[in-house]
Amino acid sequence: MPRPLHKEFLKGLWEEIPPFRLVLGLCPVLAVTMTVENGIGMGLATTFVLVCSNVLISILRNQIPPKVRIACYILVIATFVTIVDMLMQAFTYPLYQKLGIFIPLIVVNCVVLGRAEAFASKNSVLPSLADGLGIGIGFTLSLAALGALREAFGNGTLLGHSIFGPGYQPLTFLVEAPGAFIGLGILLGLMNLISQRR
Amino acid sequence: MGEMIRMVVTLAILSAVSGGVLAGVQQWTKDPIERQKLANEKAPVIRQILEGTENDPIADRFTLNDGTRDYLIFPGRVNNEPIMVLEDRAQGYSGDVHVMVGFSLKNDTLVGAGVTTHSETPGIGSRAKDDPSFTRQFKGKKAGAPDSLRLDGGSLDSISGATITARAVVQAVERASSAYLRLKPELESSKREKEE
Repeated sequence: MPRPLHKEFLKGLWEEIPPFRLVLGLCPVLAVTMTVENGIGMGLATTFVLVCSNVLISILRNQIPPKVRIACYILVIATFVTIVDMLMQAFTYPLYQKLGIFIPLIVVNCVVLGRAEAFASKNSVLPSLADGLGIGIGFTLSLAALGALREAFGNGTLLGHSIFGPGYQPLTFLVEAPGAFIGLGILLGLMNLISQRR
Repeated sequence: MGEMIRMVVTLAILSAVSGGVLAGVQQWTKDPIERQKLANEKAPVIRQILEGTENDPIADRFTLNDGTRDYLIFPGRVNNEPIMVLEDRAQGYSGDVHVMVGFSLKNDTLVGAGVTTHSETPGIGSRAKDDPSFTRQFKGKKAGAPDSLRLDGGSLDSISGATITARAVVQAVERASSAYLRLKPELESSKREKEE
């Protein structure tokens, strides 16, 4: 049953927003969201990979033999990740330095492989594009939200600008590893609370 | 059997296309990546070695060939003494360790050294770059004999837990030193040209 394109796109923003609803791809979510900038950068890199691999895999879906499909998906995804890696080195080097090893690790991000297997391999190009864009933007928004929470309360800044003034005592643990889990838990709880009320 | 062939052919074609595309992107991004690395990784180390110089060593850089490969030379002048900075590399624990070394043209001594790009283990080998106390030991050594680690018969303290990285840095400094000595005649003439 084909659904309209805008629904495929919008589901990624709430209904199936990756880290909170699908609870997939948590490694980069926890590891790089010390700041909003890192979160957005990581999210956009992942979105690029997700959209390109979704489209290509959906074009090739009838050519790929089922027994080696996972190998083919990984190959396609790894190619796009390497392209992103080189492009970021060439044009956004400081951000690349901050994200470091997590850019190559997009290859093993479950969200990307998950969409290839669960969606792009069964749908035509346009819905796969919409799905990739929606899930990617949802992922970016989630990372930005978690990054904002941790940067604002953990460091007293947003995108590097001070927001609470010099008197604010930052909760430094939020920018460290435990803060990532606590922040993610708070956002997950908030989302569940909102959906319950509706 | 037919299915087998189809799987092999599909994977082979995909891999070949992927390899081709990546080679293309690599060619296209090679120069911008070099420039970014120069500005973000190498420039801070060069500026640190040449602290107090009045020129811009990055803008004044030039290339010299010692017969085996091209070296980028970053010239400077500290306390009225001409300093030449150049980089060499050696195999570390995982990949090459690049070390920038500054030489005083007057008496062939090392004025400073610093690790630029590397892919050593974070927190262990990476201390060669993050903690400058190791590379600081090269200051004042002679380009003819830049010393080695204490456990190799020299007088340098190693980095605890990262002997392979420390050896790579020593080897890179040695290579840079011998390259400097080979290039010295050309370096002196380039300096004279600049003063005229």
